[in-house]
Amino acid sequence: MTFKTIPAAVFAAALSFTAMLTAAQAETLVISNWDGYMPKDMAEKFKAATGIDLEIAVHATNEEIMGKVTASGGEGFDVLFVSSPFAEALNNLGLAAPIDHSKIPNMANLYPEAMQLKHDPGNTFSVPYTWGTTGLCYRSDLIKTAPSSWNDLLKPAEDIKGKVTMLSTDRWLMAAGFLANGMSVNTTEQASLDKVRDQLVETKRALLSYDDTTFYSKLVSGEASLVQAWDGWCNYGIAEKPEIKYVIPKEGSDLWVDSIVVMKASKNPDAVHKFIDFVLNAENGKWVVENIMYKSPNKAGMEAVDKAMLEKYPNMAIAPADLLKYEQLRDLGEGMKAFSKTVSEIMAAK
Amino acid sequence: MAPGLLWLTALMIVPCLLIFVLAFYERGIYGGIDWNAPTLGNFRRAADYLYVSIFLDSARIAAITTAIALLIGYPAAFAISRAPARWQTSLLFLAILPFWTNYLIRTYAWIVLLNPVGLINSALIGIGATIAPLPLLYNEFAVILGLVYSYTPFVVLAIYSSLQRLDPSYAEASRDLGASALTTFLRITLPLTAAGVAAGAVFVFVLSIGNFVTPDLLGGGKLQMIGNLIYDQFLTARDWPFGATLSGLLIALMMLALAFQAMAARHAGGGHA
Repeated sequence: MTFKTIPAAVFAAALSFTAMLTAAQAETLVISNWDGYMPKDMAEKFKAATGIDLEIAVHATNEEIMGKVTASGGEGFDVLFVSSPFAEALNNLGLAAPIDHSKIPNMANLYPEAMQLKHDPGNTFSVPYTWGTTGLCYRSDLIKTAPSSWNDLLKPAEDIKGKVTMLSTDRWLMAAGFLANGMSVNTTEQASLDKVRDQLVETKRALLSYDDTTFYSKLVSGEASLVQAWDGWCNYGIAEKPEIKYVIPKEGSDLWVDSIVVMKASKNPDAVHKFIDFVLNAENGKWVVENIMYKSPNKAGMEAVDKAMLEKYPNMAIAPADLLKYEQLRDLGEGMKAFSKTVSEIMAAK
Repeated sequence: MAPGLLWLTALMIVPCLLIFVLAFYERGIYGGIDWNAPTLGNFRRAADYLYVSIFLDSARIAAITTAIALLIGYPAAFAISRAPARWQTSLLFLAILPFWTNYLIRTYAWIVLLNPVGLINSALIGIGATIAPLPLLYNEFAVILGLVYSYTPFVVLAIYSSLQRLDPSYAEASRDLGASALTTFLRITLPLTAAGVAAGAVFVFVLSIGNFVTPDLLGGGKLQMIGNLIYDQFLTARDWPFGATLSGLLIALMMLALAFQAMAARHAGGGHA
């Protein structure tokens, strides 16, 4: 051990200690997923179908689980549910295992488009679980002109000033500015960052708040009239108040994908593939749509959903081919520093 | 090793050292830490005007909070210490009662009260006191209100314990010698309880400057305090080394405040503290 690696080793040891307490034993898979992002009885059903035990941990954010697994060198978990830029980072860090399609017959349940995602064409290290768009969610009864452009959010009209929220998660906050300017949602070039920063600082003065957890309830209560929203979360608002509508601005959206990643450190490759196959069955695909109100890349699952639901929540009916027109958020790599400094500048601005 | 020392080492000193060590490395390209190149770059970066101004702004908000908490907390503690002895325990108990509820729930309760369609604004509009809702939430006012609300009980406790230890014969002597109640308070009681004031002030200042939940919820994310910046470095930018640098600087600032308080305690409290 060289001097340089000592801090690394001490650090990893200290942090992986907790992970090891829940580490995989034989025929027990350790999954980490967002709370409520799969059926509550998943473990029982999977055990009944395969005899394999599931231990389900939850993470609140992508960053939280990334922190845990990068600190422990990937030990401690067999399968993670993360958003696609993080799946990409896990793969780039060498922590993700290749997916063996021959062991996952239910992969055939996916739309062909779900095999063509830019971050991982052919699903070599990740399997898409949900996907959707980011757009504008608004109260059609509280707003004079229905929004159609990102500029309707960034330069809100007089009647909705102070009644607008934007997502606080950095990538989507900036994406609104990038898309309004016809830029890539993965821009890291300084001049573009500065331009978008100036715009978003200006917008900040007209915002009610930054919010990525309760924006739809602000619409329901009437605190807000227009919010930047993920389509699925806008559906939570629509469920409570039919006057709430969702629109993808004319400049487009990002395509977000939440995916399943197998950890290279997993000692149960067969069980892991059985688990993914199980998740990809039509029943679980349908559960996602009906309970999380997200679109599923699972064709069999989508087709099993009651058609009335697609009418009530029109964004559920967006065709996979249309989704694929939008650019995905990618891991920014070297560009992350400049990007996050720009975000801090916006956040600190008065 | 004594168990207490072991406890302190494992749970306090080792984590702080880890943070200290991390501060001298760079973020890896995909997050994590690049252990190959020790650097002072994070400290240079922290000296950037942007981050310095966030530090100063947080200190300003924490200072305002501290001042208000003292203005509310001192009279409250004074009143409790003058109340009949059999009531004092109950009154102190009432002061700390809010701590029995989760911090987040108490913060959300303020959102229910303050939001544009919330209880206070609805009532004001209902009685015709205002036409448009007042901007009570998602601004600095709301953040300071939330911090004062959360941390004033600490001031009450600290100052109360100082007042308890104060020998009443000093004030009596002052009154006997002809000093007014105000003069007695300003020249006898206040200086002799300065240790309690300092302890309470440091509590509030240190807790406020590092807080990130209140700016996030009551400030609507529009207010960036140093706690939010650190949180973002660890959990959004995944730049642990820079987050560690900022944490280290914040810890240093807090140590400074504590050292100041210890000095004040020795200086002012004398044999009474």
